[in-house]
Amino acid sequence: MDQSIVNLAYLAAAILFILDLKWMAHPRTAVRGNRAGAIGMLIAVIATLLSPEWQKYGGDGIGWSYVAIGLAVGAAIGAFAALRVKMTAMPELVGLFNGFGGAASVLVAAAAIVEAVSTDFATIESPGQMKVATVLSALIGSVTLFGSYVAVGKLAEFLAVKWKLYTWQKAIKYGFNAILIASAGYYAFANDFGPWTLLSVACAVTMAVVLVQKKDSFPGGNALKLIAFVGSLVMAVLVVMNAGDSSVIGPENQDMFWALVAVAGLLGVCLTFTIGGADMPVVIALLNSYSGLAAAATGFVINNNVLIISGALVGASGIILTKIMCKAMNRSLANVMFATMGPTADTPDADEVYKSVKSTSADEVAMMLETAERVCIVPGYGMAVAQAQHAVHDLAGLLAEKFGAEVEYAVHPVAGRMPGHMNVLLAEANVPYEELKEMDDANSTMNTVDVCIVVGANDVVNPVARTDPTSPIAGMPIIDVDKARTVIVIKRSLSPGFAGIPNPLFSMDNTLMFFADAKKAFVEIIAAVKEG
Amino acid sequence: MEGLIMLLTVFVLAIYVGFEVITKVPPTLHTPLMSGSNAISGISIVGALLAAGMIGGTYPDLAKVLGMVALIFATINVVGGFLVTGRMLKMFQKR
Repeated sequence: MDQSIVNLAYLAAAILFILDLKWMAHPRTAVRGNRAGAIGMLIAVIATLLSPEWQKYGGDGIGWSYVAIGLAVGAAIGAFAALRVKMTAMPELVGLFNGFGGAASVLVAAAAIVEAVSTDFATIESPGQMKVATVLSALIGSVTLFGSYVAVGKLAEFLAVKWKLYTWQKAIKYGFNAILIASAGYYAFANDFGPWTLLSVACAVTMAVVLVQKKDSFPGGNALKLIAFVGSLVMAVLVVMNAGDSSVIGPENQDMFWALVAVAGLLGVCLTFTIGGADMPVVIALLNSYSGLAAAATGFVINNNVLIISGALVGASGIILTKIMCKAMNRSLANVMFATMGPTADTPDADEVYKSVKSTSADEVAMMLETAERVCIVPGYGMAVAQAQHAVHDLAGLLAEKFGAEVEYAVHPVAGRMPGHMNVLLAEANVPYEELKEMDDANSTMNTVDVCIVVGANDVVNPVARTDPTSPIAGMPIIDVDKARTVIVIKRSLSPGFAGIPNPLFSMDNTLMFFADAKKAFVEIIAAVKEG
Repeated sequence: MEGLIMLLTVFVLAIYVGFEVITKVPPTLHTPLMSGSNAISGISIVGALLAAGMIGGTYPDLAKVLGMVALIFATINVVGGFLVTGRMLKMFQKR
């Protein structure tokens, strides 16, 4: 196929991606959007396989068979993961896919630099651009890959947790570290311990040390973050300016390239390791954006428009989501990335705040629900952990059917561990889209709600955000559940949320605490309502 | 240099298009948008195909292996991303 026809096919693919994102913004057109994107991708792949560039070397039998194997293996793994994953594990899966996108970008850039070194640069039209793009691709890609690994590790709770791990968690955690150190060691041996290879090994070992920590923070963490950041920039400049001439690509570039990947990986680990809990949605959205930018950088490496356009689109969508998430917490991105959240000197003592907490039982809750005309349910991460979404939906259905109550759900934008986490879980439990209320809508009618049930949420319903300007969550938009006539909080204990501050909502006159696992609590309440 | 400027132009314009197109996304669609856009970022599959396609040429084995592994990662991203997004959207629609 002529190269100009291939380029036209790439243009068609790019347009389909734009339509994908456009249609994805509305519930009615989203399915069509996803299909458009998939078709676009298919067109891009077929056009690449028919392009003269690919046909020149890959057109023979060997090329086809290798590519067929690669595509088949990838498709099988991808399809298996996508069709088998539980909705509660969706944040981990999205994080994992982000990481794979980053990995692919690093590897394509690596292949390009290996190729450039081997062909004596004769085929490279503009080595300067290629070097800069390779560096960016490696830098962003590596930060995305290792940052995503940490994010997934924290979501699946095998990184930075104090408690004992299951065998599979241990296998991943220590297996990853072993692979990291083994590959760095092998690489060092193969390269006779050159200075750049030693730097790669040092980074791999440091990463392994950070990754076995059992807490979010460790001594020297911020210093390490800074060193990794500056180190990445220095390495990036060094690779480009090797031999003082940006138009030369030598074998040394290859070693320096891997050192850059290693330092950037350390940066990715450090940046993500200190972030947790309620900040997770921001990180996932940000890594999403990075994976796009890495793909765009790869586009500059191989001079390909469709990579640049798609990468830029994904980068933009990730940035938009990141901004929405930050706004929903009233924090800046810099604050999320570098500040540690926690109680301050002004934070009131928990025992003092919780002096007048009243606890309740399933029977009492059932009695209150009997007379309630409007019920509002506020889900949080605790509902996801307990996998209580089905029980929650069952109760809502029962209340509507038995007492004709009007039930709605109020969802905070950062509830859960990724953007839209609660919506996905409730949709899995068949909760109709119309019953899901956004924060502002829910707040405007909160004073007409008879019973508000908070299930596994804490900081996003803490009235301190409105009242105390010195609190760490001051000014964060919250769901005003305290304005409902009665509030029932289902929570396992009085332990603080991610912000580490007590929640005066729990001891208000109109609040009753139901101390239980979310799923168990709902099952008990359903039984009590059925009996009553 | 001219080629680079052209690519930069395309990049900047595409970012603007992205911002314009994805203006107001309802929270329900945040997760599908993320996994869907993630599938699009699997476009590096094109780069991976080109790199793995060097298998037929006289390029060093290392480049071919790197291309091959990149191809697997990118394909996981593409196939998994579109499928899981479709699965989620179907869930939102089944009523």
